[in-house]
Amino acid sequence: MPNGQPAIRLDHISRHYTMGEAVIRAVDDVSLDLPSGEFLALLGSSGSGKSTLLNLIAGLDRPTSGAVIAHGQDLSTVSSLELARYRRQTVGMVFQSFNLLPRMTLEENVELPLRLAEVDRSDRAARVHEALERVGLGKRITHRPGELSGGEQQRAAIARALVNRPKILLADEPTGNLDSATGESILMLLKEIQKNPGMTIVMVTHERPLAERFADRLAVMGDGKLLSNGAAR
Amino acid sequence: MKPRDLSDLALRNLREAILRNSLTTLGIAVGVASLVAMLSLGVGLQQLASKRLSQSGLFDSVFVTPRVNLRGMGRAAMPPSSDQAPRLLDESARQEISRLPNVVEVYPQVRFFTEVRFDGKPFATMVAGMPASSKASGSFDGMQGSFFSGDAAYETILQSEFAKELNAQTSTLIGKDLVLRYAERQSIPPNPMDSKATSASNSESLPGGFSVVPKEMRLRIVGVVDTEPASGFGGYGNGRLLIPLQVAMTLRAAQVNDLRDIVRGTSSAPTFASLTVRAKGPAYVEALEASVKNMGFGAFSLLDASKSLATFFRVLDMLLGIFSSLALFVATLGIVNTLVMAILERRREIGVLKALGASDRDVKQLFFFEAGVMGLFGGIFGLFLGWLIGRALNFGTNFYLHRRDLPSVDISSVPWWLVLFSIGFAVLVSLVAGLYPASRAARLNPVEALRYE
Repeated sequence: MPNGQPAIRLDHISRHYTMGEAVIRAVDDVSLDLPSGEFLALLGSSGSGKSTLLNLIAGLDRPTSGAVIAHGQDLSTVSSLELARYRRQTVGMVFQSFNLLPRMTLEENVELPLRLAEVDRSDRAARVHEALERVGLGKRITHRPGELSGGEQQRAAIARALVNRPKILLADEPTGNLDSATGESILMLLKEIQKNPGMTIVMVTHERPLAERFADRLAVMGDGKLLSNGAAR
Repeated sequence: MKPRDLSDLALRNLREAILRNSLTTLGIAVGVASLVAMLSLGVGLQQLASKRLSQSGLFDSVFVTPRVNLRGMGRAAMPPSSDQAPRLLDESARQEISRLPNVVEVYPQVRFFTEVRFDGKPFATMVAGMPASSKASGSFDGMQGSFFSGDAAYETILQSEFAKELNAQTSTLIGKDLVLRYAERQSIPPNPMDSKATSASNSESLPGGFSVVPKEMRLRIVGVVDTEPASGFGGYGNGRLLIPLQVAMTLRAAQVNDLRDIVRGTSSAPTFASLTVRAKGPAYVEALEASVKNMGFGAFSLLDASKSLATFFRVLDMLLGIFSSLALFVATLGIVNTLVMAILERRREIGVLKALGASDRDVKQLFFFEAGVMGLFGGIFGLFLGWLIGRALNFGTNFYLHRRDLPSVDISSVPWWLVLFSIGFAVLVSLVAGLYPASRAARLNPVEALRYE
């Protein structure tokens, strides 16, 4: 699937936190190129910095030094308004704990990014339905997240991440709260989504077997450093 | 985010914590209610006071007397600075004054003592002539019966105190007749050939005179009025028996100034003891008073009294407003508290919104909008509550007045400006209260917010 176009370039990025006197190097001088259309799995133990790295790619955080260049845009220098636009239009994000808003129906949850992107009301319903159909939840649009299983919630979260037709999908431990069978079906869904032309996926996980089965490339982090950027298999 | 989506989300958020947001809104409502109740009381009392005073005709009237009246009555002589020769207050002067700008009408005060015969019994009282325009002054609002059917109708309206002397059931008096006994002036000309003389004083050289002859006249009672429309200054006591001014003037009843005028004997034409000049409104009184003084007459108005009254009510309104603003201030703290709590509670949601692409401004606007909506609802509800309190105060006051046989009054009033002001103020205060929580929510770091459980 990779077509060789660099979608994300991490250029010597670091993210340091200060805690009193101590400096915590959550991400320490990481460089990585991701071609467009690639499915990268980011492996590592807890506290290895993989989630911090994902947040930097997501535009939720800014690096202390270095540059994050996504589709030609340097995220470390753009304004916070531009960064919000990037999160709205270029990336979609999926979390371990789904992060669906519990009082909204699936339809309303998935509509949320369209509201933020000021998509016309007349177009929204069709796009929401299309996104939910795609993840196999077309018949559950009026349900609330609490009425769904974990796997279904994660599918709904994926629909929400895709509804604005992003170029990059970021998943932070998407199977972490799911049993292995459900986790596998979620990864199959991600693999399916990757077939969209130019869709780049970065998934943080610590389940190496699943990553090895579905991802194009495995990168391993430890203590904030990239231990292996695992050339494409 | 588009305004409609913003309002959708904000209203949804408000509904989701309905109890807490309702209590906060109620807090604002109580603040607004106390503000509205206090201010409506201030406005109502002011309207009541100025209505009572304007009914007396004191505020839009200038009372004109001949300057010469002030001389030799135990008062200091006129200061020599007055250039104008003292002028007589006669018909030509009346015409001249009525041509001044912003004058509605000029009429003489006709008041005289009388004895009324009713049911065969005598009652002493004072008659006052009422100009036709007094019907519109508000003095006769809520009267029993009706106003005079015409300028020259032989009809009378009784002041209720006097009416009760005639019959405790004042309503039964209407339609009945009474007999008015009064003293009529009959001129004695110095020259018997001069039959045209009609006044107390005539002739260029020698003063004439008049004799006083008792006369009777039958009048029909058409109404009973609570207020004393003919009270006030410039007259000689309160008129308790009111008749049309034109009728009063044709009676040629002996008046208090007649004796003075006959000894002075300066003019052949009839003169007036005083004239009442009604201006279009209290605003014109000051200029009118000055013009009349320039014409060489004494003039007097209660303008200064009305000015200090207005100042008094402005200060009263301000004090009432300050006290009730304290309640609104407490409500403001409630809004701040509610929204800050909401940020803590919705930390994760804010993180999700930001991850989905909400800008700082979107989040800020969302909280700001929620504060504004609470203010709007609090304002509307508080306005209603305040109006209700005002009504209750009114009811209580009137219940008390009614038990003491006093006429009912409106002590609380909610004018349009107060409606708009209270709602606008509630929204404004809420927005100010929302400033800090909104900017705090907007500044929330999404990574930390998403980590928050």
